Amino acid sequence: MKATVSIRNVSKSYGATTVLDNVSLDIGAGEFLTLLGPSGSGKTTLLMVLAGFTRASSGSIKVAGTELLTMPPHRRDVGMVFQNYALFPHMDVAGNIGYPLKLRGVDGATRRRRVAEMLDVVQLTGFGERSISALSGGQRQRIALARALIFEPRILLLDEPLSALDKQLRDRMQIEIRRLHERFGTTTINVTHDQQEALTMSDRIAIVNGGALVQVGTPEEIYRHPRNRFVAQFMGETCIVPLRRDAHAAWFGDTRIAAAPARTSEAGGLWMALRPESLSIVETADADSLCFDAVVKDQVYRGDAQIVYADLADGHEVKVLMPPGVSLAERRRLAPGDRVKVGLPREALVLVGEDA
Amino acid sequence: MNLTSNETAIVGPRQLENEVALRRLEIAGRLRMVLLGMPGLAVVGVLLVIPFAWLVEKSLQSDAGQWSLANYMALLDPVYLRSIVTTLEVSLAVTLGAVLIGYPVAYLISQLPRRIAGMLLVAVVLPYWTSTLVRTYSWLVLLQRNGVVNDLLVGNGLIASPLHLVNNFTGVVIGMTHVMTPVLIMPLYGVMRAIDPSLVKAAANCGASPRLAFWQVFFPQTLTGLAAGIVMVFVISLGYYVTPALLGGGNVNVMAMQIQTTLATEGDWGLVSAFGVVLVLIALFASWLVQRICRVVAPREGH
Repeated sequence: MKATVSIRNVSKSYGATTVLDNVSLDIGAGEFLTLLGPSGSGKTTLLMVLAGFTRASSGSIKVAGTELLTMPPHRRDVGMVFQNYALFPHMDVAGNIGYPLKLRGVDGATRRRRVAEMLDVVQLTGFGERSISALSGGQRQRIALARALIFEPRILLLDEPLSALDKQLRDRMQIEIRRLHERFGTTTINVTHDQQEALTMSDRIAIVNGGALVQVGTPEEIYRHPRNRFVAQFMGETCIVPLRRDAHAAWFGDTRIAAAPARTSEAGGLWMALRPESLSIVETADADSLCFDAVVKDQVYRGDAQIVYADLADGHEVKVLMPPGVSLAERRRLAPGDRVKVGLPREALVLVGEDA
Repeated sequence: MNLTSNETAIVGPRQLENEVALRRLEIAGRLRMVLLGMPGLAVVGVLLVIPFAWLVEKSLQSDAGQWSLANYMALLDPVYLRSIVTTLEVSLAVTLGAVLIGYPVAYLISQLPRRIAGMLLVAVVLPYWTSTLVRTYSWLVLLQRNGVVNDLLVGNGLIASPLHLVNNFTGVVIGMTHVMTPVLIMPLYGVMRAIDPSLVKAAANCGASPRLAFWQVFFPQTLTGLAAGIVMVFVISLGYYVTPALLGGGNVNVMAMQIQTTLATEGDWGLVSAFGVVLVLIALFASWLVQRICRVVAPREGH
């Protein structure tokens, strides 16, 4: 089922502490939206407000036009995957998945059929009789998803669903959750602090910090055009380098970076976000690239890439990701202390202010 | 370390190197574990196994010192049977009372922040540390004909004449329930605290009202703790002496009291030994039964 979600001026405070500050957000029918932010940013609180386990201080959340906030959790018809899955240990797998249907008065035969279908969907055919404690982390995750989706909820909430899994499994489940989302088309709100996960899975990302939305956009918009320094720093392993600015241009040392951008305020600082994959070690500067002098500090072989850590002129450490295309011999040439030139294509230049 | 790309793995013939020494270490390790267990085993042996074996032996000997079941036959006397039934009635009533009072209390405490829960637990346990004698006499003061409770009820005009609250079955059950409730609360609290709070949220998310979430998700997971508490309360109640003796006023003749009376009047060690053995057997049967029921009701527990 697809439903639009319209969050309006939702605030939550505990005494003097404000956890959610006037959050407004529209989520389209069938959209996969990720709330991304550091711990304590309020993203989980917003999810709990949606699920009904935390009461907002004020505001409105409408799902397909009906007010959600004044409804008790069990009437909201919202599916949720908990961070620790929260599977019922005293029920078997089928009992867990079928529980929402049982509560909705679905008869035994229909329930068994739909549970079996759902087990097929999450690729755990024949697992119905297993006990929860006999499942691996990834299997528990799938059961939790199945339980949250079987009653065709109006919206699906995911609370850091992959944080308990190891990296390999996490990557696989990211794709699997996407696949489930495409199949069911349920409007989904995901919470994570993992930017890679947000980029991979989402239609849109909402960056949350200090209880407020900082930027909302597609993964590409967020990654390529971060709105301010916080977003730029949060996305990717970015090195943020402060720039000096005069009337006409922004400077790093003696290098003219760009004409002073109009969209940032005159008074605030200006930073350049340097991402490992946009940087490269170059021989000479060309017209389309910026070029910085740097001293190699360290290099790491990672299998799929070679990483070079180097210090820029003023001591800012940057990370350069060298693609595997560069031959082994060439990689070996760099040693700590070597002077190199780090190049940045002008089109990959990201400038950010303190606030947008 | 000099890493070259064509390093070969070290592959030697399969050898039984250190096999004897390692085997010896394993045996020594096991021996040490047995030695560590000795003090415990000694205590259990001296305080439990030997006295009980002695009790069984006594119960199976006639006055003349020959093996016989005469003592057990003697227990079929209506006076003794009545005493066994009374004991079971009292224990069941006390267990029921402790569950009805203790379960909600344990639930409340388990849902509170740990600091407040700690203080409330102390409040629960503190009376348990007070002498049973003191508490029993206190109940006597409260429950007697001109006691605090009756004065209050009659004084307010709620009842016309004082209730018979003491020197009978009611008095014994009230007094013993007070003593036993902490015994039920402790294991139950432990189990309730261990239940992941997000499970109840998950139930609500699936569409369960608070009432259904409690009965279908929370309650089944407390059954092990409840069973442990029930067994403890029931078994301890079986052998209780002081409270029935004082609050029963001689009208509630439980087994412990009957044993004392029989011994004082007849001095028949064989008979009271048989009585003791029966008491232990009832306790064992009760524990087995409760575990059994618990396993049937919550088959998925503890996998």
